[in-house]
Amino acid sequence: MALEKVTLGKSITNGLRKAMEADPKVVLIGEDIGKLGGVFRITEGLQKDFGEERVIDSPLAESGIVGTAVGMALRGYRPVCEIQFDGFVYPAFDQIVSQVAKMRARSLGALKIPMVIRIPFGGGIGSPEHHSESPEAYFAHTAGLRVVACSNPEDAHWMIRQAVACDDPVIFFEPKRRYHDRAEYDTAAASAPRGLFEANVIRQGTDVTLVGYGPVVKTMIESAAAAEAEGTSIEVIDLRSLSPLPIDTIVSSVRKTGRLVVVHEASSFLGMASEISAQVTEQCFYELEAPVIRVGGANIPYPPSRMEEEFLPDLDRILDGVDRALAY
Amino acid sequence: MSDKVVAELHEPTPSVGDGGPDMIQLLTPEGQRVSHPDYDKYVADLTADELRSFYRDLVLIRRLDAEGYALQRQGELGLWPSLLGQEAAQVGSGRALKPHDFVFPTYREHGVGFVRGMDPQSSLQLFRGVSQGGWDPAEHNFHLYTIVIGAQALHATGYAMGMRMDGNVGTGDPDRDTAVICYFGDGASSQGDVNEAFVYAASFDAPVVFFCQNNQWAISEPVEKQTRIPLFQRARGFGFPGVRVDGNDILATYAVTQHCLDEARNGNGPLLIEAYTYRMGAHTTADDPTKYRVSAEVEEWKFRDPILRLKSYLAHEGMADEAYFTSVDEEADRFAAELREGCVTMKTMPGETMWDHIYAEEHPVMEAERSAYLAYKASFEEAN
Repeated sequence: MALEKVTLGKSITNGLRKAMEADPKVVLIGEDIGKLGGVFRITEGLQKDFGEERVIDSPLAESGIVGTAVGMALRGYRPVCEIQFDGFVYPAFDQIVSQVAKMRARSLGALKIPMVIRIPFGGGIGSPEHHSESPEAYFAHTAGLRVVACSNPEDAHWMIRQAVACDDPVIFFEPKRRYHDRAEYDTAAASAPRGLFEANVIRQGTDVTLVGYGPVVKTMIESAAAAEAEGTSIEVIDLRSLSPLPIDTIVSSVRKTGRLVVVHEASSFLGMASEISAQVTEQCFYELEAPVIRVGGANIPYPPSRMEEEFLPDLDRILDGVDRALAY
Repeated sequence: MSDKVVAELHEPTPSVGDGGPDMIQLLTPEGQRVSHPDYDKYVADLTADELRSFYRDLVLIRRLDAEGYALQRQGELGLWPSLLGQEAAQVGSGRALKPHDFVFPTYREHGVGFVRGMDPQSSLQLFRGVSQGGWDPAEHNFHLYTIVIGAQALHATGYAMGMRMDGNVGTGDPDRDTAVICYFGDGASSQGDVNEAFVYAASFDAPVVFFCQNNQWAISEPVEKQTRIPLFQRARGFGFPGVRVDGNDILATYAVTQHCLDEARNGNGPLLIEAYTYRMGAHTTADDPTKYRVSAEVEEWKFRDPILRLKSYLAHEGMADEAYFTSVDEEADRFAAELREGCVTMKTMPGETMWDHIYAEEHPVMEAERSAYLAYKASFEEAN
């Protein structure tokens, strides 16, 4: 037992360190991840300890990061790619969607691509264009990939280790505006609290189910606390895995509450909430007391940062969604 | 800017059919052996047996190609990308490889796969539509076909980076030192992934040989649309050597590829080879080259045919006679018959296997969809 208060960012660093210690085939590749430790310092100190061959400063070309990582994976390595910001993953989109995702199927199972693509995502940090996006639905839509998003330090630590150990490619979304959030947990625990592709019911409730992932989870918890003060009991689910979708956890909850609000920063049109809404409607048609409510980003390109508070789902918008669900 | 640099920038791209003075050639189009101070040594030890086996490979893969074309026209294949005219580039480079080297092909390297020992049926299954590739690359160190143009250049580079990390480069042990060869075409030279691969390979001294078959046409676009300078000269801008070889000359492609692979294995990679050749057929069976190129050009290239060139050399040197050439043709007939039989009897897998092999680990959606599919299929049985 070693209870420590660690930031989310440092938890990923520690998780990567454990993964690299456990398996000499784990290599990191990305822009500025060596001496600098990455623009968010997630790989800080790792090149010093594991060397330039295992913590590879890449040329400034994202398709190259992912494409060469595919080659390394074919050679028997377990590459962990760092994409510097969400909006910079698109140059690598072909490699991810057409190569990473399809290589195993193309080989009829002869090949595996055990790689992780880490992407800091989401807004709220006052950055210029391309630094605040939520591109997760593009990847969740692509068969052959697994997509997860962590929301808190303990999960961040374990989920990155589990993602590296996974024999399938995992797109790993990190909530960049939560990198500095701290939480206390047992950093010496022997095993993960739950599987990588399982949702976590963070808070029990009876009136409305609130589902989200990544940066909005903290906002959802705050919303539930505020609602409780007004007498509304909200069940909060941290989705954690976007593909595969842990739909059973959501369905169980909705069968109990009869109402569902899904929250994410990504634009709501064809976002994760749309799929969750469809599946919950299929499975809970008779239990639902209200339509599934989506609380997402506006259907516009991410706005200039001075306006981002108007775009992002905050406590009030989440509670407005809850009220709309309760109005039926 | 110095005059020299200006002169280089304005060096005209050689006209089609003329590889220019930098092109390495060991056999003229007429089959005359010409000497080259740097590359003679790579072919000096070739025995008559080996040279005849080169000829056999050329003939068999041309037959493989002809069968692929015919099978498509008969409706047995959905599409066929022809290698006609590029046989020497593929056999010459393929035969230069050691078994432990690794190949990343495009979708046209049926000839390279053949000389690597791949079952020729393997090339057909993708185009017959029974799988998207379907072989284990480890069996012959021959990766799956990549259809997205140039994407494999990064895979080859990463694989070569891994070889270097494994310590299989520059040890001086010929059984250990390894190289990767990456095939692509003149069209792919414009792709971002190919250019990124050049950057990465150079930055990490990757033991990779980039083998560009410049067949002059990217579907309908001539190579002049892709480049102002000869493609092999691009390498210099990325900081590694580039060489142009006569891609219709099997001795020269064999020699130059050996040299470059040796360099890569010794830790002096990457390198670029531009094999100057010609796509005698259409881009694929879905293409119609009469809409964009003149037949006179094709006629001109017929005089540079890679098989006739080696044949006349072998005959002239007394290394093969008419009886040998006839025996190869007869072998090609048998080979073709087996190929056709194998193609038309290739099994289509049952629908429920669609969900196999998408993921390495268990995935609930795969299981659920497969079950639903089977239940749906079974519902018809029940209805009857």
